Amino acid sequence: MKQKTATARVAVMFALLVFAFGAALVLNVNTGSLSIAPGQIFKIILHGGTDGTPAGNVIWKIRLPRLLAAAVLGGALSVSGFLLQTFFRNPIAGPYVLGISSGAKMLVGITMIFLLRRLSGVPFWAMMAAAFLGSMLVTGFVLLFARRVKSMSALLVIGIMIGSVCTAVTDFFITFADEANVANLHAWSMGSFSAISWRSLHIASAVIFAAVIGAFLLSKPIAAYRLGENYARSMGVNVRLFRVALIGLSSVLSAAVTALSGPISFVGVAAPHMTKLLFGTAKPAVIIPGSFLLGAVFCMGCDLIARTAFSPSELAISTVTAVFGAPVVIALMLKRQRRRENG
Amino acid sequence: MADFLFSARDLAVGYQKKPLISGIRVDLRRGAILTLIGPNGAGKSTVLKTITRQLAPVAGKVYIDGKDLQSYAPAELARRMAVVLTERVRPEMMTCYEVAAMGRYPHTGRFGALTKRDHQVVRSALQRVRAEDIADRDFDRISDGQRQRVLLARALCQEPELLVLDEPTSFLDIRHKIDLLDILLEESRSRGTTVILSLHEIDLAEKISDLVLCLKGDRVWRLGTPSEVFSDEAIAALYDLERGSYLTSRGSIELSRPAGEPRLFVLGGGGRGLAWYRLLQKRRLPFAAGVLQENDVEYPVAKALAAQVFVHAEEAKKALLACEAVIDAGYPANAGLLAFAQENDKRIIRSADELD
Repeated sequence: MKQKTATARVAVMFALLVFAFGAALVLNVNTGSLSIAPGQIFKIILHGGTDGTPAGNVIWKIRLPRLLAAAVLGGALSVSGFLLQTFFRNPIAGPYVLGISSGAKMLVGITMIFLLRRLSGVPFWAMMAAAFLGSMLVTGFVLLFARRVKSMSALLVIGIMIGSVCTAVTDFFITFADEANVANLHAWSMGSFSAISWRSLHIASAVIFAAVIGAFLLSKPIAAYRLGENYARSMGVNVRLFRVALIGLSSVLSAAVTALSGPISFVGVAAPHMTKLLFGTAKPAVIIPGSFLLGAVFCMGCDLIARTAFSPSELAISTVTAVFGAPVVIALMLKRQRRRENG
Repeated sequence: MADFLFSARDLAVGYQKKPLISGIRVDLRRGAILTLIGPNGAGKSTVLKTITRQLAPVAGKVYIDGKDLQSYAPAELARRMAVVLTERVRPEMMTCYEVAAMGRYPHTGRFGALTKRDHQVVRSALQRVRAEDIADRDFDRISDGQRQRVLLARALCQEPELLVLDEPTSFLDIRHKIDLLDILLEESRSRGTTVILSLHEIDLAEKISDLVLCLKGDRVWRLGTPSEVFSDEAIAALYDLERGSYLTSRGSIELSRPAGEPRLFVLGGGGRGLAWYRLLQKRRLPFAAGVLQENDVEYPVAKALAAQVFVHAEEAKKALLACEAVIDAGYPANAGLLAFAQENDKRIIRSADELD
């Protein structure tokens, strides 16, 4: 009986999320300083490219890539956060909270500064590779320290500290970089969905979709891992391989995001948690696609606010996600505390 | 060897290639229950971790169904062996049913979808551990006893031939301990599941085991059936009991006897003295007891708690005269001694209130 209502709830929530996703798409493409009739928007999109009009340019070159980037990146961050939460058995783990995004940013920053001296631009795949290396580097450090601490808050502190060190290193390099590069780097490092090219969007999306599908294929061992490492092993999970896969996939996801838009805060913690509350379950096979959708909607919503709240000036996307995401982290800490006190 | 579901051959276990316990040789037939006992730190968990392949053996081999444990593929092993561990499991948002159903892991496909038969197995397992009424409850919100039963149901869902449990009764109250061991006994007898478990409670170990492996420090101290292994002296030696004692015949643990020369003489027998012995033990009053036949039900307890126990009336009289008072537990056969005490003007105590 209960089983059936739970399944129905999951179906209804998925339908709602898909609807919200569609609504966010329409809303985002339709909002901006230049108002364009919905009919015309539809025509431009169907046309599959800019038709040369100003409206066409705005839709095809600015709004569409930006909103698709927000959707894909939001989803990627959310799944990345869920994988890290599984790995660390800790609901507040996430790429930003653990300093992984900052590590990716550090290496991307260094790469940009050094390559821009020699080349006119940095190819996107190189940025992604640098971001991936940075993610893995920080994850390695976090793992090294996490082995010695058991508490959730200690892990958080370690993440923040490592993140600060990475930011300091990035700032250090920026100080010695050329003026022109700094402007670029600064805009990128604030976290922004603007000025995203179709080409980098294509590459990032391909990587992200592959990684999300990979994560979905892992949903069975992820479910078993919820009972702890030893139980998972006793049921036939190759724990070592599984852990490598978790870290690898979450790093790929956060690297793709960081390379494309710079670090974005708290989505990785907030979105999976909200998804669990919404669906009333923590089954990975539900949460992975669910949190991807919810993360996408969340980021599109935040981007809409970033663009419109103080129009014509724009906020950094991270500013908005932090306002909504940070309270979720605090709420999770309080909930954990209460859970411990209750036995 | 093929006759045995489980065999350990000259097994040495330990960490970092240093043997902690070596020379373990055990053979178990299908449906047998082996219990590991021994003091804390004697290596019970290390042995169990090696058997469940969490640790590699330092030397020797373990065979399950005639095949070397180390050569099993993970999924293949998981269909034969299931475990209940000591570690605390606190998954987020999982019902008891979902926790139990996780045990179907080695039997399900790529995404772990449950078939009709899987659901039947899960329901049956929950029913056998008497947890079907809490199936829909959040696993986080049940008692320790219920949690242990659900974890056992999870293990049963793997449909194992060998079930390994590390101290499954710790943290359980007496009722839940009995429940859990009853379920294990039932599984082994009706389904032929072989069970290996470690226990702290020697009295329970005696009652559930077909075979007992006593570990002490760095070696196998004894291996045999409970009647071979359990004697009062053996248990006292195994656990280095210097103060308290263990009575095999009653399956009871007795605390240490009050020290000193006997101050009271208990005229007991036929079980009437038991309450007095325990009371005096608790008040820390040294006492003598008699006259008791060696086949008297209360003889072992008296032996464990009294400073002296008398079998012959003449010796008893001498000791009685040296005591401050005499306790009359009301056993008719000792009426003669009671009369002797009254003749000698000894104070007679008949209720606990009369003790100082």
